[in-house]
Amino acid sequence: MSQAPLHRGTDLVLSVEGVNKTFDGFKAISDLNFYLAEGELRTIIGPNGAGKSTFMDMITGRTRPDTGSLTLHKPDGHDIDLTKQAEYKITRLGIARKFQTPSVYTQHTVYDNLLLSLPRARGLFSSLFYRESKEDRERIDEVLETIRLTELRHSIAGALSHGQKQWLEIGMLLSQQPAVLLVDEPAAGMSDDETHRTGELLISLAGKHSLIVIEHDMTFVKQIARDGKVTVLHQGTVLCEGKFDEVQSNPKVREVYLGRGKAA
Amino acid sequence: MPPRKNLVETILFAIATLVFLVVMPALNLLPEDSTFHLSSFTLGVWGKYLCFAVLAMSLNFLWGYTGLLCLGQNLFFALGGYALGMYLMLMIGPDPVYKSALPDFMDFLGYKELPPHWKPFHSFPFAVAAVMWVPGLLAFIFGILAFRSRIKGVYFSILTQALTYAASLLFFRNDFTFGGNNGFTDFKTILGHDLRDPATLRGIFIASGVLLLLTWMLISWLLSTKFGKVQQAIRDSENRVRFSGYSTTSFKLFVFTLSGVLAGLAGALYVPQAGIINPSEMVAAKGLDVVVWVAVGGRGTKIGPIIGAIVVNLLKSWATREFAESWPLILGGLFVFVVVFMPQGIVGLPAQLRDIKTKLATRKAATTQPA
Repeated sequence: MSQAPLHRGTDLVLSVEGVNKTFDGFKAISDLNFYLAEGELRTIIGPNGAGKSTFMDMITGRTRPDTGSLTLHKPDGHDIDLTKQAEYKITRLGIARKFQTPSVYTQHTVYDNLLLSLPRARGLFSSLFYRESKEDRERIDEVLETIRLTELRHSIAGALSHGQKQWLEIGMLLSQQPAVLLVDEPAAGMSDDETHRTGELLISLAGKHSLIVIEHDMTFVKQIARDGKVTVLHQGTVLCEGKFDEVQSNPKVREVYLGRGKAA
Repeated sequence: MPPRKNLVETILFAIATLVFLVVMPALNLLPEDSTFHLSSFTLGVWGKYLCFAVLAMSLNFLWGYTGLLCLGQNLFFALGGYALGMYLMLMIGPDPVYKSALPDFMDFLGYKELPPHWKPFHSFPFAVAAVMWVPGLLAFIFGILAFRSRIKGVYFSILTQALTYAASLLFFRNDFTFGGNNGFTDFKTILGHDLRDPATLRGIFIASGVLLLLTWMLISWLLSTKFGKVQQAIRDSENRVRFSGYSTTSFKLFVFTLSGVLAGLAGALYVPQAGIINPSEMVAAKGLDVVVWVAVGGRGTKIGPIIGAIVVNLLKSWATREFAESWPLILGGLFVFVVVFMPQGIVGLPAQLRDIKTKLATRKAATTQPA
């Protein structure tokens, strides 16, 4: 189960090493190595088909790698091999994922959406006798405050705007009190103002949580990356990694983004 | 406004209790020449409707609240019916023609003694337990296979129909020891009471009413807990539920098994009132009937399936007398009409009419404004 302790003292929360994945002969991920530090906000960019979503699928157990290791480093020093855990168990270990299209419970209220996301009574029979505690209510209030939906707490989630649904889903991840948040294209389909507010929200979460954000919109990437690292994926592997400006001026990255068709 | 909704539901529940447990049995007790006398025949017909209502509730629990459309709910109903039917067959006793205590069809097929799996059905408690565990176990096993392989949506529906079809082929066979296409009939007694006695029939009618009310209470309670919220969340976004740390497979499995058990109980009370159970209860068309009842009454509402089952069956008993040939067309037309124009069914009609009214009012306001 446990990995060689090469990360000791560096406060890593997630290590991905030598991962490969092939779908029907198509190499979606090839020899990928990736490390996420505690409290870091990492942005991942890359052209379509670079393997960004597959990468998230593998961390959350939706897809299993052919070879390589995915390890979660718990604060108590335990290492957990994610390739052997069921999806819902990976969530319970503290890895929360936001999907590209907003996935909220449209028939439930905003409050109930958050309530169902709290890490409480998630078993079949415990859910029958669960009563929300004062602590649970406070936690939900806190999340509502963070995602700025306090006024809409009793609204049916299906009636929210696209942007509000995205924030609600981020709030649902926060309710889970996760160590790592995986956020897939949060700004897709949002207005400039909403995009900016989403950026502020994600920045405010860094430090308390570790985040991986996949995004296409370069203005948004620049906003949230600040001095942090940006990872460029290309053909299932890391093309380069560094600060936003370095990455932007990297000739290889320019080649991939601008000169597609020439590069094979 | 959940409190107001609860009040409406409580009132409806009280009315149903009064009508099914007090008024209708009391009317049956009146002397036969009284204007208000309810004949045992009519009571029996309504008893069957109550069983259909429970069947519809079991499907609604699965389809309306969890999003799993099962086209074979009638299979669980029929299995419950067969389980009690086995007990009823054994209670008939020796017959004058063959002079044996075996069920007639076994004499006819040359059986010398009762097959081993029939023997425990001399016991009523065993039969009642089988009414629940046979459909429940089938749903559980099928559910494990389907849900673990992430089969959902239309694929799940088709598989449940295929399962039902396969089961009906099996039950149509004479050598399957369940009476082939004739099934079971000519029941005489239940727990020592004569099945032609009005008092016995009244008792079974009241039992059907009690089953309906208990099912209603059970489903209401489940929906009020966090379990019910998770169940509905699975319907709306199963991935989100799974990625919130729930094993959606176990939730779906529990719901499917419970709905199978409820359908089985409904089938068991149906059989003594119908006086017969045979594989025609298992054909695919009967499974679709249940879907129509739920859709017409209002999917995802607590009383919709009860109303739907009763209304459609009343309509059926009238239409099959008036124009028997075209009943399937009427039923199909009704389904299409409801799906297109009344997505919330009969229960959603008041809200729908209110919407139309406000729309008309605003349009009127808009046209009068320029003047």
